Amino acid sequence: MQRNVYIYILGMWLVTYLIRVLPLTLIRRQITNRTIRSFLYYVPYVTLAVMTFPAILTATQSPVSGALALVAGLALAWFGGSLFQVSVACCAVVFLAELVIK
Amino acid sequence: MLTDRMKWFTKGLGDGIPIMLGYFAVSIALGISARNAGMTAPQATLASALIMASAGQYIGFTLIAAGASYLEVMVMEAIANARYLLMSCALSQKLDPALPLRHRLLMGLWITDEIFGVSVSVDGLLNPYYVYGMAAVATPGWALGTLTGVVLGNALPARVVSALSVGLFGMFMSIFVPPARKNRVIAALVVISFAASYAFNALSWFNGISSGMKIIILTVVISLGAALLFPVKGEDEHAA
Repeated sequence: MQRNVYIYILGMWLVTYLIRVLPLTLIRRQITNRTIRSFLYYVPYVTLAVMTFPAILTATQSPVSGALALVAGLALAWFGGSLFQVSVACCAVVFLAELVIK
Repeated sequence: MLTDRMKWFTKGLGDGIPIMLGYFAVSIALGISARNAGMTAPQATLASALIMASAGQYIGFTLIAAGASYLEVMVMEAIANARYLLMSCALSQKLDPALPLRHRLLMGLWITDEIFGVSVSVDGLLNPYYVYGMAAVATPGWALGTLTGVVLGNALPARVVSALSVGLFGMFMSIFVPPARKNRVIAALVVISFAASYAFNALSWFNGISSGMKIIILTVVISLGAALLFPVKGEDEHAA
C-alpha cells in the first residue's frame, strides 16, 4: 500500500500538539499542593541542564570546541550576560576554536 | 492593555532572534535527514513549520523512510515528545488563571525546548504575546533551515553548521545559570543534572532508551527529589 507523506505529517503534528496543549488547557488554576508546586518550579532548570550536557560536546565537530563553548557560556551567564550575548559567544568560541583545531 | 501586548510581542521578536539562528543551524541537519528519508522540500518544510520538534521529527522521518504504519509513527512521536507534557504543566502555572482558552490553544503550538525555557524564566505571569513574538521569528528559522538542509544537502561548510548549533545551548545556559547563582539548591541541581545526564549517556545499560525518554526520566527523578527535600516557599517561586 502506498502511504501518503502528508498524512504522516498530520499525524505527527496532531500527537505533538495534543501533548503540548492538554496540560495548558486542562490545568486552569494555580496548583496549591506544595510538593507539586516545588516540582514544577525545579523542572525547567533540571530539564535545561540535562539537555545541555553532555549534548553540547557532541553537537560540534570536536568535543574540545563544545567544552570550550560550555565553559564560556557558563562563565558569561554567571557574570550577567544576556540570552543573546551568551548564545552568540558560544557560537563564536566554537567557530574560532575549530579554526585552530581543524 | 494593547500597548502591553505590543511591548511583549516586540520583546518576543527580539528574544526570538537567537532562537531563530540556533534553529536555522540545527534544522539544516534535520533537512538533510528528511532528504535521506526521501521527503520533498515542501513536505519537509511543512513538517518543520507545523511540528517544531527536533528529535520527534527526526524519528518520524526515519520511520517514514522505513515504511512504518501511521499508528507506529504517531506512537513514537508521542514517546519522543512526551517531555513537552511536563513543560506544558510547568507553563500552566505561569499563566493568569483567567487567560482565555483561545490563547492557551494558540500558545500550545509553540512549546519547544527553547521557547518554553525563555517563557518560563519571565518574572511573574507570562503574557501569551511574548510567546507569539518568539514564535513569529523562531518558526521561520526552523522551517527555512529544514528547507536549506533538503536543498543544499551536505554542501554547507561543516564548521559554520557546527558553530551555529551550539547557540541553543548558550541560550539554555543563560536561563539556568543566573538562578543557580542566587539559589544554592538550583546550583546543586544543575551539577547533579549534568553528572546524571553524563552517566546516563555513558553507561551502555541505557542505550536502548531514546534521548527524549532519558530527559523525562532524569527531569522527573531529580526535580521530584528536590521538591521533596527542598520544598519551595511561596516567595521564591516568583523568581522562576
